[in-house]
Amino acid sequence: MSARTEGKAVKRTTVKLVLLAVSMFAFCLFVLPPMYTLFCEITGINGKTSSKPYTAVPAGVDTTRTVKVKFIATKNSAMPWEFFPMNYSIDVHPGQAMTTHFVAQNPTAKYMVGQAVPSMAPKNAIDYFHKTECFCFNQQTLAPGKSAELGLRFIVDQDLPKAVKSITLSYTLFDVTASSAEIIEAEKNAVQEASSNEQPTVGQYLANL
Amino acid sequence: MAHGPAKGLSRWLFTTNHKDIGTMYLWFSFLMFFLGGLFALVIRAELFQPGLQIVEPAFFNQMTTLHGLIMVFGAVMPAFVGLANWMLPMMIGAPDMALPRMNNWSFWILPFAFAALVSTLFMEGGAPDFGWTFYAPLSTTYAPPSVTLFIFSVHIMGASSIMGAINIIATILNMRAPGMTLMKMPLFVWTWLITAYLLIAVMPVLAGVVTMMLMDIHFGTSFFDAAGGGDPVLFQHIFWFFGHPEVYIMILPAFGIVSAIIPTFARKPLFGYSSMVYATASIAFLSFIVWAHHMFTVGMPLAGELIFMYATMLIAVPTGVKVFNWVTTMWRGAMTFETPMLFSIAFVILFTIGGFSGLMLAIAPADFQYHDTYFVVAHFHYVLVPGAIFSITAAVYYWLPKWCGRMYDEAMGRVHFWIAFIGLNVTFFPMHFSGLAGMPRRIPDYNPLWADWNMISSVGAFLFGAAQVLFLYIVIRTIIGGKKASDEVWEASHGLEWTVASPAPYHTFSTPPEVK
Repeated sequence: MSARTEGKAVKRTTVKLVLLAVSMFAFCLFVLPPMYTLFCEITGINGKTSSKPYTAVPAGVDTTRTVKVKFIATKNSAMPWEFFPMNYSIDVHPGQAMTTHFVAQNPTAKYMVGQAVPSMAPKNAIDYFHKTECFCFNQQTLAPGKSAELGLRFIVDQDLPKAVKSITLSYTLFDVTASSAEIIEAEKNAVQEASSNEQPTVGQYLANL
Repeated sequence: MAHGPAKGLSRWLFTTNHKDIGTMYLWFSFLMFFLGGLFALVIRAELFQPGLQIVEPAFFNQMTTLHGLIMVFGAVMPAFVGLANWMLPMMIGAPDMALPRMNNWSFWILPFAFAALVSTLFMEGGAPDFGWTFYAPLSTTYAPPSVTLFIFSVHIMGASSIMGAINIIATILNMRAPGMTLMKMPLFVWTWLITAYLLIAVMPVLAGVVTMMLMDIHFGTSFFDAAGGGDPVLFQHIFWFFGHPEVYIMILPAFGIVSAIIPTFARKPLFGYSSMVYATASIAFLSFIVWAHHMFTVGMPLAGELIFMYATMLIAVPTGVKVFNWVTTMWRGAMTFETPMLFSIAFVILFTIGGFSGLMLAIAPADFQYHDTYFVVAHFHYVLVPGAIFSITAAVYYWLPKWCGRMYDEAMGRVHFWIAFIGLNVTFFPMHFSGLAGMPRRIPDYNPLWADWNMISSVGAFLFGAAQVLFLYIVIRTIIGGKKASDEVWEASHGLEWTVASPAPYHTFSTPPEVK
């Protein structure tokens, strides 16, 4: 190989290898995370439930069987709020719309924002558990010392596999105050504008947006 | 053409000579090896007895983290790149590396990366304390401020490794002497070719994962933050997608080194050359599909546990081929036991022990018991210390006479070997037992139940450290005042690097040799 053809060959190899390295970087940053989310959504293996409200389709209630829905509330380690379900379990018939509440209380002396992240077991129930309304779709803001009832409205699908007798829905509450400065400002203003001293409920707050 | 090196400091700053750069890589990795070793001794000193005696738990965590990072990225990887720089052009009959200026760069950014990393020890909030695996959210939400500097230093190390790997592939593919076909290349060249591809494939993934951390910490994204819709488990998947090929990056060149040394001292050609090449390629391929065996306890579905368990066990097959070939090369050979051979034989035996404990860990249901215990620590130290460190040591003894033209003191070399061999086993073998008894990794204080094993481990660690000080002394004494070495150095040495003078001239193979 003469020096010139060798130089060209080296350049070609180098360009190919640089492209390989750059594309692996792009693959890692832009392809892997969405692929992972998609994979988890399709297979339901990490217990993630849908983050969008379900539009109910009218259908009959299957009164021949009852499913026990259990609720678990956990706090991420850094979260000082009180957080628990008002009912720890509810018996429902598939197809029946049901409402329950969780209670959150902010015992600190500052405004805080929380975000609940749901997870569900068993995984073959995930596709058949529909949330028409859920506090987990939004962040929750609480003034110092205030508490709120957080609503959850859901329907268990009639097509739920027969083997599933009970479903566990777990919420983990995270402190997202640090990344939500704007929401807190808006909340403070809303409190000042309100004529009463009462803390507006989460529902009113959302309506104001 | 025949001009020597420049004078003074500028020789080292501006050099594009593969031998100079190889030398700098090797000395740098030696320095990092001692620094990482020092951190290991802080850990072992604290663990000598239960209770807190010497350091605070927070500082202990910084020590475990920096020990891992410096040994992996500062000691083992640069040492292999240094050996590649020195030996590859001479083994394939090339005048230099294909991209000499980039070669200079890829070395000289390393000291900056490690200066940044080590400087975090003096920062407010301390050095990174989340383990060398830096799992999120420990390394994002709960990390000390120094994590940002850590991220940038990992970026620089990654850039250095990628440049080094590109250079190595470009050299091997384009600059072989006439007649040097791929299947005539020495095995060290083959293993490095495959390792370089692994590096180019996974170092960008490491860069990607630390970039995601950076964005989570400073730019409000939520790749790994469940509160924002991300998933911490994603971090583990991406990290180990990099991490498992990474552990093979640290072992494949070692396979090449022992495959060069054992035939020399057994005075027989390597048994099963082509099966060695295919086994190396198979191991490299399998390394991409086994990453989740590091995460058996994360809550994977049964199918996932099984797939990763069987794929992991499959690695034992090509690895077994290699061990078989090394043993068969020695079988009925006219063996002598010079220091490089001693380290290579110890490599074969101890690496096999590490491989077996790896098989035990690969069994998913059993791993639930072993996970994050000292059994894992024992396993990966048994593959990395006799695997990477012993093979690098063997390579230094084997090629040092070629590099500096002087022979090391054989008696001292053997003393070094036996102290290191005994020290290593005394340090790491008891860790199997403390691990099986349930001792978790990365803790500064522990149940007195494990006190005896830990005391033995700590004694062994200081013995092993002393052996490395002796190693440094032997190397310096050889360079300064060793006996003159002959050109072929070893009685049965075989390969192009032994056809040049000792010490190897500044420029070799300016006209390519003829390979038959």
